[in-house]
Amino acid sequence: MSRPELQAPPEIYYGDTEAKKYTQNTRNQQIQADMTYRALELLSLPEDEPAFLLDIGCGSGLSGEILDEEGYMWAGVDIAPSMLEVALEREVEGDLFLQDIGQGFGFRPGSFDGAISISVLQWLLNAETSHPTSSPPHRLNRFFTTLHSALKNPSRAVFQFYPSSDDQIQLITSIAQKAGFGGGIVVDYPNSNKARKVFLCLFVGGGGGQQQVPKGLDGEEGEDSKARFENRRQKTTKDKNGKRKNVKVIDRDWILKKKELYRKRGKESVPRDSKFTGRKRRPVF
Amino acid sequence: MVRLITHNLLACHAKGCTSNNFPLAFSNVQIEIREAEFNPEFLKNFIPKIEWKALVDTARQLGDTSLPLEQPEMIDDDFLKNLHHVLLETHVEEGVMTCPNCKHEYPISNGIPNMLLAEHEIG
Repeated sequence: MSRPELQAPPEIYYGDTEAKKYTQNTRNQQIQADMTYRALELLSLPEDEPAFLLDIGCGSGLSGEILDEEGYMWAGVDIAPSMLEVALEREVEGDLFLQDIGQGFGFRPGSFDGAISISVLQWLLNAETSHPTSSPPHRLNRFFTTLHSALKNPSRAVFQFYPSSDDQIQLITSIAQKAGFGGGIVVDYPNSNKARKVFLCLFVGGGGGQQQVPKGLDGEEGEDSKARFENRRQKTTKDKNGKRKNVKVIDRDWILKKKELYRKRGKESVPRDSKFTGRKRRPVF
Repeated sequence: MVRLITHNLLACHAKGCTSNNFPLAFSNVQIEIREAEFNPEFLKNFIPKIEWKALVDTARQLGDTSLPLEQPEMIDDDFLKNLHHVLLETHVEEGVMTCPNCKHEYPISNGIPNMLLAEHEIG
């Protein structure tokens, strides 16, 4: 499957059915929750101060729900009406806006104590029309400049996103810097294909001394805390041409199970079980 | 679900509309009151961000006169309760928000304002 952002614009890709699917998928929920907690950690808001946050690309409110739980007030924007509808059904606490972030925000200066955004920025990297205002650099520029002014000084904005190349990261960070943000990229689990997550961590204002870009998580993927991959997925390997192919595991257990099944169905001539069942034979030649 | 707290932060973002673009004026509104948890700490933190005049004017237009015209120096519990009610419990479900400067209309349906701009309005 190619990346969703290459298939259609977000408001079309996340239509009614996709919005429901996306929200009900427990694996998605788990991943979104993990990333939201990590983003909040990277925001490092002052403790014991109830903050007002902006959730950029809030979608169906999977991340907003966590903001609710953590006691934050928030407002969310998203461009997909179907996703917002699901958010309404789920009765999240925050205010929702139907808005294209590439068109910029209209919030007054200093409105928010911070912003988070989960799996959104990559959607800004495709031009939908040839109009100059829909080119990715223009949209990113508009987005970052208006966001910069909507955040209070000092504060942070954390974006988790899926860049498909280093050039994209370069483009995004350079435009963010031009808009006045400090900060940079934080990569969690850089050596893992599955658990690797890219966060763009932006700072507004220095607040005395330079703010430090936080360190990415490293090491053993923290297997237990991450969403588990299904076993059946892990049994796929790649053949010579690099295509995925399913390798059936045929072992003694599997054969016995099949035989049992056939007997139950009343099939005749099922071979009897013996100590040779499923044993590896020497090659004949 | 446009609460007045977000309305008080919202200005017009159409192309070239940079001054006198706040607050957006409500018209044809349907209001719903939904109870929310009272959080005095949050309100105290939020008070410096409020554009007081815009908030009071909007609240009065929507029929709520519990807030004083001038922002009070002393913050007591009664005042915070009123503020809480206006900011966090008053939801505008249906209606239109109009920019006082460029007259751009942002329709609200089902509690969600449509902030999308046409191609020629993008700054």
